[in-house]
Amino acid sequence: MKVFETLGKYFLFIGIVFSRPQQWKRFWKQFFFEVNSLGINSLPIIMIISLFMGAALTIQTAYNITSPFIPLYAVGLATRDSILLEFSPTIISLILAGKVGSSIASELGMMRVTEQIDALEIMGVNSGSFLVLPKILAAIFINPFLIVISMFLGMAGGLIFGLLAGVVSTHEFVYGLQYAFVPFYVSYALIKTVVFAFLITSISAFFGYYAEGGALEVGVSSTKAVVYSSIILLLANYLLTQMMLS
Amino acid sequence: MIEVQHISKSFSGRKILDDVSLVFETGKTNLVIGGSGSGKTVLMKCLVALYTVDEGDILYDGRQFSKSTEEDKRLLRKDFGMVFQGGALFDSQTVWENVAFPLQMFSSMHESEIKDRVEFCLNRVNLNAAYQLYPSQISGGMKKRVAIARAIALNPKYLFCDEPNSGLDPKTSIVIDNLIQEITEEYNITTVVNTHDMNSVLEIGQKIIYLNKGQKWWEGDKNSILETDNKEVNDFVYASELFQRIRKASQKL
Ligand SMILES: Nc1ncnc2c1ncn2[C@@H]1O[C@H](COP(=O)(O)OP(=O)(O)OP(=O)(O)O)[C@@H](O)[C@H]1O
Ligand SMILES: [Mg+2]
Repeated sequence: MKVFETLGKYFLFIGIVFSRPQQWKRFWKQFFFEVNSLGINSLPIIMIISLFMGAALTIQTAYNITSPFIPLYAVGLATRDSILLEFSPTIISLILAGKVGSSIASELGMMRVTEQIDALEIMGVNSGSFLVLPKILAAIFINPFLIVISMFLGMAGGLIFGLLAGVVSTHEFVYGLQYAFVPFYVSYALIKTVVFAFLITSISAFFGYYAEGGALEVGVSSTKAVVYSSIILLLANYLLTQMMLS
Repeated sequence: MIEVQHISKSFSGRKILDDVSLVFETGKTNLVIGGSGSGKTVLMKCLVALYTVDEGDILYDGRQFSKSTEEDKRLLRKDFGMVFQGGALFDSQTVWENVAFPLQMFSSMHESEIKDRVEFCLNRVNLNAAYQLYPSQISGGMKKRVAIARAIALNPKYLFCDEPNSGLDPKTSIVIDNLIQEITEEYNITTVVNTHDMNSVLEIGQKIIYLNKGQKWWEGDKNSILETDNKEVNDFVYASELFQRIRKASQKL
């Protein structure tokens, strides 16, 4: 029963959040602030993870190809498809769920327990829309760029570390990257990214916005935000894959 | 005028407000006094609909407020100014930005007018420095004063102050009390102040409600409160040594 209650509360929350901003100037200011704090600030961690993820993928695949009948360019192909289909959109989004989700939930939770949200409401501000809408839209806008960067870096990491390990040659790897390329995979990845961006930001905002109590509860709601957004993200990943690739 | 009609409020079965009826008058500073935990903050939050009442009605100049839609609430709330017991300053914004915020959101003022207005409000609460500091960098008393400046920035029609001068030194307290009274009379607004400071009571108590255990126990003003024979009110008023001595001195005369 509790599940349905929470779900209902979540959808009502989304209704509050998606209402027209009361002041567009403020909205845009906040939007670009969030693009920077949720997006650009996550770039370093995404770059590092993508490079090494690509590296590990390439080396693993190369070592696992023992049959002489499988051409070596298959390493490039396998790396490419794994990165496009799952590693960049899903794993990077999961990492963002941890980083961005906990920061959104604790920021809003803190504002809730120190009555800053009440102060906004008393002024006549729609606090849900004012605080949360810029975050959701900023993530939906910036995350696809982050994921595309991650894709390129993942493949670059595969090439660089594959060469260093001596398991592939540039020619074979690049040939593999281009071999039997399905452009739809990129669209598929970006659609997933946008859905995940929405889920991560809205779910974490939900838990922060309705936090109750003090510092302890803010911590709890921040943990919940990460756990729930990760689980629901993976669930959505399964559903989207089923729907779009079958 | 704010009319409160038979409101009750419970939290998880515990009755905090019990059938409270009262009227807050326009152009007067209306004080709600009572011991710690008597329900003053809960009453104020019911007034502004941060809490929904279990029973009863709240009317603003005849308009139903407690049962209106979110949209109507938002509309009326643009006429509210509120000072929270904890200040509730936006801690991602500087002192200056906090006071400018309601003006930027809801007024059609130009930047230069906003600047003048913010400076005017901060001056009235005796804060002329510290504009660029963040709430975490200023003292508790300064936070209170910034909160007051923010609450009066938009010239509210209804001003709510939850213990506006707790944590302030006696001199600043009097400045704040006088400011609240001045604004109330100058703009003819309805002001509600929660306090348990007897100085404020005698300074600005044009109408006083005494809350006890969530009930309206006594009603009067700053003169009648010294003479009432209500036991609980007397205990409250003469709790301090200072007031006991004053009473003894005046009885000798
Ligand atoms: N959100 C809440 N949930 C449950 N109980 C609450 C809540 N808010 C207040 N109470 C209870 O209501 C009672 C009155 O609290 P309130 O904050 O109104 O007191 P107060 O008169 O403002 O006291 P003080 O002078 O110390 O500020 C207290 O016993 C408190 O425990
Ligand atoms: Mg209180």
